[in-house]
Amino acid sequence: MTTTTSLILRTGARVLMPLLLLFGVFLLLRGHNAPGGGFAGGLVVAAAYILHFFAFGLDAARRALLTRPERLIGSGLLLAVGSGILPALFGRPFLTSLWFDPARGIGTPMLFDLGVFLVVIGVVLIMTFTLAEE
Amino acid sequence: MLPLLVLSPYLLIPAAFWLGGRSVRVAGLLALWPAALTLYFGLMLRSVAVSGPIEASLSWAASIGIDLSFYADGLSLLFAVVVAGIGALIVLYGSRYFGSQPGAGRFQATLFAFMGSMLGLVLADNLFLLFIFWELTGFTSFLLIGFEHERPEARASAVQALVVTGLGGLGLLAAAVLIEQSTGAAALSSLLGLGLNLANGEFYPAIVVLLLLAAFTKSAQTPFHFWLPNAMTAPTPVSAYLHSATMVKAGIYLVARATPFAGATPLWTGLITGVGAITMIVGAWRAVAETDLKRMLAYSTVSALGLMMMLLGVGTEKAVMAALVYLFAHACYKGALFLVAGTLEHETGTRDITGLGGLRHAMPAAALAAALAACSMAGLPLFLGFLGKELLYESLLAWPATLLIGAIAASALLGTAGLIAGVSPFVGPPRGGAPEHRVPAGLTVPALVLAFLGLFAGIVPGSVELPAGLASGGILRRPVDASLSMWHGFTPVLGLSMATLALVALLYAYRDSLRRRIWPRSLGSERLYTATERGLDALSAWAAPRLQSASLRSYLLVLVTTAGVLIFATLVFEGLPGWPAVMDIQPHEACAAILIVAGAISAVRAKSSISAVLSLGVSGYGVALTYLFFGAPDLAMTQFSVETLTAVIFVLVFYHFRDFGSLSPWTDRLRGATVSVLFGGSIAVVLLFVGANLTPFRLANYFAEMGLPMAHGRNIVNVILVDFRALDTMGEITVLATAAFGVRALMHISRKERKNG
Amino acid sequence: MELILAIASGVLFGTGFYLMLRRRLAQLIIGLGLLSNGANLLIFTAGGLTRARAPVIAEDASLLVRPFADPVPQALVLTAIVIGFGVLAFSLVLAHGIHTMAGTDDIDEIRSGGG
Repeated sequence: MTTTTSLILRTGARVLMPLLLLFGVFLLLRGHNAPGGGFAGGLVVAAAYILHFFAFGLDAARRALLTRPERLIGSGLLLAVGSGILPALFGRPFLTSLWFDPARGIGTPMLFDLGVFLVVIGVVLIMTFTLAEE
Repeated sequence: MLPLLVLSPYLLIPAAFWLGGRSVRVAGLLALWPAALTLYFGLMLRSVAVSGPIEASLSWAASIGIDLSFYADGLSLLFAVVVAGIGALIVLYGSRYFGSQPGAGRFQATLFAFMGSMLGLVLADNLFLLFIFWELTGFTSFLLIGFEHERPEARASAVQALVVTGLGGLGLLAAAVLIEQSTGAAALSSLLGLGLNLANGEFYPAIVVLLLLAAFTKSAQTPFHFWLPNAMTAPTPVSAYLHSATMVKAGIYLVARATPFAGATPLWTGLITGVGAITMIVGAWRAVAETDLKRMLAYSTVSALGLMMMLLGVGTEKAVMAALVYLFAHACYKGALFLVAGTLEHETGTRDITGLGGLRHAMPAAALAAALAACSMAGLPLFLGFLGKELLYESLLAWPATLLIGAIAASALLGTAGLIAGVSPFVGPPRGGAPEHRVPAGLTVPALVLAFLGLFAGIVPGSVELPAGLASGGILRRPVDASLSMWHGFTPVLGLSMATLALVALLYAYRDSLRRRIWPRSLGSERLYTATERGLDALSAWAAPRLQSASLRSYLLVLVTTAGVLIFATLVFEGLPGWPAVMDIQPHEACAAILIVAGAISAVRAKSSISAVLSLGVSGYGVALTYLFFGAPDLAMTQFSVETLTAVIFVLVFYHFRDFGSLSPWTDRLRGATVSVLFGGSIAVVLLFVGANLTPFRLANYFAEMGLPMAHGRNIVNVILVDFRALDTMGEITVLATAAFGVRALMHISRKERKNG
Repeated sequence: MELILAIASGVLFGTGFYLMLRRRLAQLIIGLGLLSNGANLLIFTAGGLTRARAPVIAEDASLLVRPFADPVPQALVLTAIVIGFGVLAFSLVLAHGIHTMAGTDDIDEIRSGGG
């Protein structure tokens, strides 16, 4: 696939990739107070890697991810469950939100959203990569 | 303390599994715990006699009002003592019976599970808790009947027992619901304490029938009795414990328990007395016809259960005392006889009564235990069985003579069965392969203990007076004169007892010709059960291929046509929805709608897969724009991304499905199109209907007000997702993760297939 | 506007259903995609349409000022969109696997064990 992709696509991807990644993280972080959130952010980040895959091939995209998508899913689920268990350690019901700095949105809901974000990236990328191996 | 002790056998399951699989000596140590429980419940019985019933509970499912609440009075403690005491002996016996065979650990573990369930059953306070334990005893019984699961007949019997007693269990659940509905109370302590009587309330006949269905199936009353003899496929220690001494008496317990608040009406008395009497005769009749030692004992158990049931139905002071004394006597002698039967089979390899004889020299201890038990069963003076029979006759004197004659006949047949099972294998010329070695003590001591208990309690009747008196006082709700004695002087009852003994001697002498002549051999209730089972099988074999054609198309057509018919029926009855409060239509919104419709239609008309994918995408973008225009930027963003990713994934795979032309003939397409148009039309109408009947959003107001103060977030959609309803979101990401791993696994499989094929 | 969206979601349901009744695996999956979009649109519209602001509290306010779009159906639909994607991808792979194993994409032929 690498040999057939156009120069324009490759140049475009090189510029767009970091921007898309940043945008995805931005969506995640502002999600609590403005449109965005873990789902949308995760989808955008996944799209960034898919663009990379189209431009430079599967192996390059896998390398750019730095880890395997399965790990992203696992750690995302662990984060989400962990953000639920944390309040239980303080004697609150499972998944009650705990806030450390409400003004900046730092608390267990943030962790939870981060978990959603990671799971979504992992899911989309597993599916794409698996199908691309065909 | 009480809840923990009741549940303690459950806690011991892992230990039982582990120790049971070790050496015989270690496994025997397990019996110490039920022995200690016996002592505890015995002491508790004394204190209950002085200070009244004890209640204790542990919090469990508080939100639905069910706690692990227990209620200990004379009746429940009498049962608890029997359950724990015989349990200890069975654990000891079982450790020797199984030796170091594989499965010994599984046996002990299941036995402890049963013990916990049975203790829970007799001590539970809440009716629903009682139901749970009731079903647990049925389930552990299923496991134990099917213990040798390699044998098809063991599996069949296990399923049969589960189905029959499970049917009754459902009856118990329904009865519990109805009782709570009509009285507002589901706890036995309050039902008993308030002195309520359901007979004046709603649903009384239904409650009685359902409760008795549970009791009759569990206690193997005619016509449900057939499962019990078949359950003899279980290992013999199980038959001795569950299917003679404890579980089958749960029905007796239930009837005794419910008598104060459900009894004393003609319906109750008539049903219990009638069914009990018939069962008593049928069981005794069938018992002497059998040659298989265990099936013979099982039928005699059926008969004894019927007898106790009948006595509870008669319900006078003497009758209830008789039932409880009988219960105790039966637990002792039948338990002993079963254990001896197990020893015989274990040592000689057969349990066919015609192939056993003259074994008294080879196994003297077992012969002694069997003889003592048989004497008690036949009702010889000095034994507890004699006391039981005296009380039985005495309580029936005032009733129609048929009952008394039936009781005498059944007692005579039962006594004969007892002698056949307990004496004939040991006397006469030696038959059957005698064991070469001494019978291990673990196999004889438990039987001896039970047999001597029957003799001891007969000689010192004071030992059963307290528990039996306390329990019958609890059933009748008044103090009961519980004094028992062997000798009442020359009374008509003594004459009847002696006549019965003479009859036993006569029948025993002619036992072989009696066995040959007995008729009818079966009432056909098992055939009815089998026929029903076959009928249901045939019905599903007929219906399944018709309902499950394995064709997505026909499922969809059935589903959608049904939904469509229901929707249109509603419209016909309710009238068409009012024309919607049409908001003015803005041009850009109309464009979005046109995108949706055009994309969808072009997806249908597409001739190549790539154009179909693109059409789907166009339609999806239209949906995303709609979200954007109507105040849902989060949705729009997600929909745009998902639509793009979907197109990417489709493109990766769709070159495999290049051709997109239609395969179906035009008639099929026309039919599909017709149903689709109707379906789409009804969806549109429903949507209009909903729109016209919209209620103002209350949930939204709550979230809108609480978003910032409680969840510190300004984007309410996100706040709902990660905070208010985070549990749902967690479920959702789990589903996503599962789908992703499913994709991987599927790909892996199909890749492997391709390599192999 | 409800009228138009009702028609649009009716069309999505109708076309999606029609495609699911076809014999090609690929048509079935495209139909599933249309149907799930239709279902999302249905829930969204049934929750009540409003051109008003998104349910986001303004910087200078402490609670939502009317009118605002109902956030509850939005939260439902948002998860449904992503789940729909997962289901679609899963069925796509399933169809692909069946196709390679059976050697045909004709559902009737696969059912009759042909290929």
